[in-house]
Amino acid sequence: MVSIKDVEHVAVLARLSFTDEEKQVYAKQLSDILEHARKLQDLNTDNIPPTAHVLPLQNVFREDRVGEHMLVDKVLANAPDRQDNFFKVPKIV
Amino acid sequence: MQLHYLTAHQLHDMLVSKKISAEEITRSVFDRIEQVEEKIRAYVTLTKEQAVSCARLVDKARMEGEALPPLAGIPVAVKDNMCTKGVRTTCASKILYNYIPPYNATVMEHLNEARAVMVGKTNMDEFAMGSSCENSALFTTCNPWDTNRVPGGSSGGSAAAVAAGEAILALGSDTGGSIRQPASFCGVVGMKPTYGAVSRYGLVAYASSLDQIGPFARDVTDCALLLNVICGHDPLDSTSAPYDVPDYTSFLTGDIKGVKIGVPREYMGEGIDPAVREVIKKAIDIFTGLGAVLEETTLPHTEYALPAYYLIAPAEASSNLARYDGVRYGYRAEDAGDLVDMFVKTRSEGFGPEVKRRIMLGTYALSAGYYDAYYNKALKVRTLIKADFDRAFEQFDLLLGPTAPVTAFKRGEKVNDPLQMYMVDICTLAVNLAGIPAISIPAGMVDNLPVGLQLMGRPFGEGDILRAAYAFEQNTDHHRKLPE
Repeated sequence: MVSIKDVEHVAVLARLSFTDEEKQVYAKQLSDILEHARKLQDLNTDNIPPTAHVLPLQNVFREDRVGEHMLVDKVLANAPDRQDNFFKVPKIV
Repeated sequence: MQLHYLTAHQLHDMLVSKKISAEEITRSVFDRIEQVEEKIRAYVTLTKEQAVSCARLVDKARMEGEALPPLAGIPVAVKDNMCTKGVRTTCASKILYNYIPPYNATVMEHLNEARAVMVGKTNMDEFAMGSSCENSALFTTCNPWDTNRVPGGSSGGSAAAVAAGEAILALGSDTGGSIRQPASFCGVVGMKPTYGAVSRYGLVAYASSLDQIGPFARDVTDCALLLNVICGHDPLDSTSAPYDVPDYTSFLTGDIKGVKIGVPREYMGEGIDPAVREVIKKAIDIFTGLGAVLEETTLPHTEYALPAYYLIAPAEASSNLARYDGVRYGYRAEDAGDLVDMFVKTRSEGFGPEVKRRIMLGTYALSAGYYDAYYNKALKVRTLIKADFDRAFEQFDLLLGPTAPVTAFKRGEKVNDPLQMYMVDICTLAVNLAGIPAISIPAGMVDNLPVGLQLMGRPFGEGDILRAAYAFEQNTDHHRKLPE
């Protein structure tokens, strides 16, 4: 059972905030979904390895070469706020 | 002539024999959009000017005697979660509403090389999370067969665009059934390729180990043609598989004598609408009549796919969506005090309810104390689900079942009950967990609504799936039915 307190804790981790009414709705809905997920506990998976990914993955590297890269103005074109060549955010310290 | 309801291969033939021009095809599709888009609402953004000038370049190339590739001049709709250079890419979310990518997704580069014409960007469930297109933060798309009903999700805009003649082909993405399920609801062909077969570079990530881009088409031949264009290894995507891409049209022989097809009993039992089951049974008879060998089989862990999926996908989503913080792109909340306050306000105002629900679910499943009980457990169950398929494919070339347990439901019918909505994907989820390819093709109608037949194959067995789908199509006329 997901409590209002759980919702508040997870919301802090997820950088989200909710009204009291939303907290109640999410607590109920998450409880229902997790209750359904408890079905997985019926299966014995003691000696089963987890599958995070179906393909054998390897890192992709490129050669470290001087070349043309995206121009600063293009990179910053979608920024909600900028100053000179920087992303601008509220004061931190 | 109504060009907008022809297939890409028919249009290509008319183009090379100079019966029509690429510009005429494009204009015909935009005329159709003008006629029906108000009712259907498939598109978030239309790119008419760009499309017409692209079509003119194809015509110019033809005039100069250049050989035209099969999709040259063919209008294609693109789901709005694939980055399109200079064209707004919203993911149907407030948080990305004004985002204009400075680069193209690899699939877009492939479409451009093939000289296909992009018509516009299609509506979807926000960040591809949903089964009905009702989670779009912008508007809801309607099913062309009945505008009171949903087109399916999350690639509902792409499926509806093809079904309504607002595009000849379309691209969608499939994380738990998001191509096949709307294809089923809208009566078109939709395919989820093998995980790793199509580059995910430039696809806005939902659940990275499950997401795969794939084609929508009006028939299997067109599906094969679009697959030819989008498949292939991409060094820009570390999850792209190195493999030799065959010519998928070479599998379209019409001959499936002796092909072994398993029918998992879990896909034909409880939870499947009896009328849908009847349609699938008739399809089984057709395959048998064509010389395929069909037998009942079992995928014993099928019932665990839904809970496993709804832990794994949200967990990956919660991690992928952490990047939306209002710093580098997208929406930023006003009047935030400090930096953390800005993150929280931006995300709380920018994401819709379903996205927040999945972020919360995923964060919960990954949090200290719950990781092993939920997330790790789901990954272990994923191993069992994949093993079911491995075992089945030792005995069978293909597996067959319905794509969705029901036909298109009414708008608003399931929107307040997430678990009910998630159930609509029970026939498609396991395929994504196992990473195998699967197609949905029109198999019949129930109460004037389309029913999709799903064929699943071995990893990189797209050709085998297309072979069987084509044989079925050649012996039925379900794919020729059009909404009024």
